[in-house]
Amino acid sequence: MHTYPENPQKVYYFGTCLVDMFYPGAGMAGIKLLQQKGVKVIFPSQQTCCGQPAYNSGFPDEARTVARKQIELFSEDYPIVVPSGSCAGMMRHHYPKLFENDPRIDQIKKFSERIFELSEFLVHALNIQLEDQGPPIKVTWHSSCHALREMGVTEDSKSLIRQLKNVELVELQREHDCCGFGGTFAVKQPAISAAMVKDKTEDIRKTGATRLITGDCGCLMNISGAMQYDKTSISGQHLAEFIWERINDEPSTA
Amino acid sequence: MTNLQPLDFEKNVARALKDKQLIKNIKSAMDTLVLKRKNIFSNTAETEQLRVLGNSTKTNALSKLPELLERLEKKCTQNGIKVHWAETIPEANQLVLDIMKSHQATRLVKGKSMVSEEMELNAYLQKNGIEALETDLGEFIIQLNHETPAHIIVPAIHKNKDQISKIFHDNIPDAPYTENVDELNAIARKTLRHKFKQADVGLSGVNFAVAETGTLCLVENEGNGRMCTTVPGVHIALMGLEKVVEKLEDLPPMLRLLIGSATGQLITTYVNMITSPRKEGEKDGPKEVHLIILDNGRSKIFADPQRRKTLYCIRCGTCLSHCPVYNRIGGHAYGYIYPGPIGKILNPQVEGLEAAGVLATASSLCNACEEVCPVKIPIPELIRRIRNESYSKDPASTVEGHGYKSNWIESLVWKIWTFINTSPRINAAGIKVLAALGLKLPKAGPLKQWTRYRSTPEFAPQSLHELVKQNGVHNE
Repeated sequence: MHTYPENPQKVYYFGTCLVDMFYPGAGMAGIKLLQQKGVKVIFPSQQTCCGQPAYNSGFPDEARTVARKQIELFSEDYPIVVPSGSCAGMMRHHYPKLFENDPRIDQIKKFSERIFELSEFLVHALNIQLEDQGPPIKVTWHSSCHALREMGVTEDSKSLIRQLKNVELVELQREHDCCGFGGTFAVKQPAISAAMVKDKTEDIRKTGATRLITGDCGCLMNISGAMQYDKTSISGQHLAEFIWERINDEPSTA
Repeated sequence: MTNLQPLDFEKNVARALKDKQLIKNIKSAMDTLVLKRKNIFSNTAETEQLRVLGNSTKTNALSKLPELLERLEKKCTQNGIKVHWAETIPEANQLVLDIMKSHQATRLVKGKSMVSEEMELNAYLQKNGIEALETDLGEFIIQLNHETPAHIIVPAIHKNKDQISKIFHDNIPDAPYTENVDELNAIARKTLRHKFKQADVGLSGVNFAVAETGTLCLVENEGNGRMCTTVPGVHIALMGLEKVVEKLEDLPPMLRLLIGSATGQLITTYVNMITSPRKEGEKDGPKEVHLIILDNGRSKIFADPQRRKTLYCIRCGTCLSHCPVYNRIGGHAYGYIYPGPIGKILNPQVEGLEAAGVLATASSLCNACEEVCPVKIPIPELIRRIRNESYSKDPASTVEGHGYKSNWIESLVWKIWTFINTSPRINAAGIKVLAALGLKLPKAGPLKQWTRYRSTPEFAPQSLHELVKQNGVHNE
C-alpha cells in the first residue's frame, strides 16, 4: 500500500503529452482542483512526455533519454501529481526498471515514490469533499488498464464520482476489459484494436449513460474517437474536468 | 495433417475477426473459464501468497536446472524409467519412432501433451506407418477435424456442440448424428475404449517431474491419461526440460496453482504419480516406461536471466483465457501451437524473430495476463524485450533474428520523437503547428490506421502549457 503525504502544501504537476495536446482542459481542471484545496501547484514548464510510447514500442534508450529529462525537472521533494493512471504507472513502476543499471537508481526510486495519480491524491492525501452543483446526469466509468492493474486507483476514481449527488454512476458490465488503445498497438494491430474498442463502446451504450468518464486520455481518445466515428451521441470526458464542472458550474478553462 | 501455415498474422487475424461463430464460441468459453478461476481463487490474499510460492518454486528449480535434470535422470533410471534426451524436434520424434519400432508397435494412444503438438508427432508417426490416436476428448475432436489445438487446456474450445456433432458424424464410421452431449460422449468413449485395448504403446505429457524422487506427475479429468499410462505395455512420457521441480513437497502448491488456473477446480479427477514401470508381483502398469526430455530452444532461453522467466510457464492457459486479444481472434490465428500471451513471448524466442516476432505486436500491454499468471511471469516485460530485440542491432541481444525489423524510418521517427521531447521549445512550437493544421493533417501512416475506425483526433487550440501560463500557475 502506497503511503500518502499528510497536509501537502506544495505539489508538482506532470500534465502528460496527450493532455497537453488534446485535453488541456482536463489538465487545467486537475490543477484547479488541487489549488481549490489550498495546495500550491508547480508546473515545470519544460516538461514533455513520460517516455512510455518509446518504452512500450521497444526503444528503451530513447525512453530513458526523455524520462531522464523529466526527472531532472522535478528535483524538489514534493509529491508529483499526474492526471493519468498510465503515465503515473510508467513513472512509478517502470522508471525503476528502466534505470536499474543507472548509478542514480536510488534517486530515481525516490522520484518514483513521489508519483501519484490525480484521483488517489485527491482522495487519500487531500480527503476532498465534492459539492455537486450540476443537473442530474447518468454517467459510466472506464478504467484504463494501468490505472486498474498498475496503480490500483479505480475505486478512488469511482468514489469521487459517487460523491456527486446528482450523478448516477452505471458501471460497465466488462469494466476490466481493455479498450484496445495500447499506444502504438492501436495502429500496429488496427483490426484487433478496433474489435476491442467496438465491444467497449457497445458496453458503454448498454448502460444508458449520456457521458463516459475516464481518468486516462489515451483511452478517452480511443473510445470517444470510435463513438464519434459511429455517430454515437455519448460524449467522453476526463474525470478531473467532469468533477470541476460539476462542483463549480463552469468550465476549467474559464 | 496440420492446419498451420507459415505465419501471415495479418491474414490470420482478418480471417478470425470475420468468423462470428468462432469468436462467439471462444468468448463464451473464456468467460466461463475466467469465472471458474475467479471463484476458486476468491481469497485474494491467499492466492497472492500461493503465486509468490509458485514463482519461488520455479525460480529455485531453474536456478539449478542442470543439476536437477541430472538428478531426475539418475532417480528415474534407478526406478527403472529409461531417460532419453532430445535437443531438437527431429531427435525427439526419432526417439519415439525407435521405441515403437523396437516393439514392432504400430498403434499409439496419446494422452494430452503440448510437447507432442510442438513436435507435430502425429503427422511424423503417420508418415512412418504408425497410427497415433488422441484420447483426450478435446484433442480427439480436433484430430478428427484435422486441426491443431486452439487453446492449451481446452483444445477444441472453438467448436460448439453442433459443430462437434457434425465432426463425429462425418468422421467416425457408423456414428449416428446426435446433438445430445451424453450420446456424443458415449460415441467417443466407445471408439476410444476399443483403441485402448488394441494399442501397443501409450504416450503422455508431464505436468511436473520431481527430481528428488524421479516422479512424473500428470493431471487430467477424463481418465484417458491413466489409461494411456497403464493399459499398453509401454509408456512414453514427453516433457520440456523446464518441467522439473526439486522436491515432492513442491507439488501440492504447484498442483493447486495449475489446476485452479487451468480449469477452476480444486483438484482434477485424476492425479497420476508415475515413479516406475510395473514391478515384480504387480498386476498392472506398463512393463516399460520411457521419459523423453526435449530442449528445442529452451536452453537458449534459459541462458538469458530475463528471458529465463518464460520457462516458468506451467501451461495452465489462464493467460489465454484472460487475454483481450486471444478472446477476439482465438488460438489458430497465432500460427503456433502456443497461442495467447505466453505464445507472444515463447514463439519468437523458439522460432526466431523473423518467423514469429510479429506476435509481440499483438498486445495492448493491458497486463491482464501478468495479473493472473500463477507463477508470476512478467509477460508484458518480456513482450517489451521482444519488441526491443526486433529493432536492436546491439550485439548483446540474445534473441535469434534480433534487429530484423531495424529500419531507418522507424529509428528516425524515434530519434525525432526523442529530440522533440527533450527540447521543450521545439515541442511547444510543434504542438502549435499541429493544432493549426488540425483536421487538415494528411491521413497517412499511423493516422490512416487510426482513422479507419475512429474520428480524427482534434488538437486543442491551446496546449496545457499555454493555459498554465495564462492562469499564472507557478512553473518552479
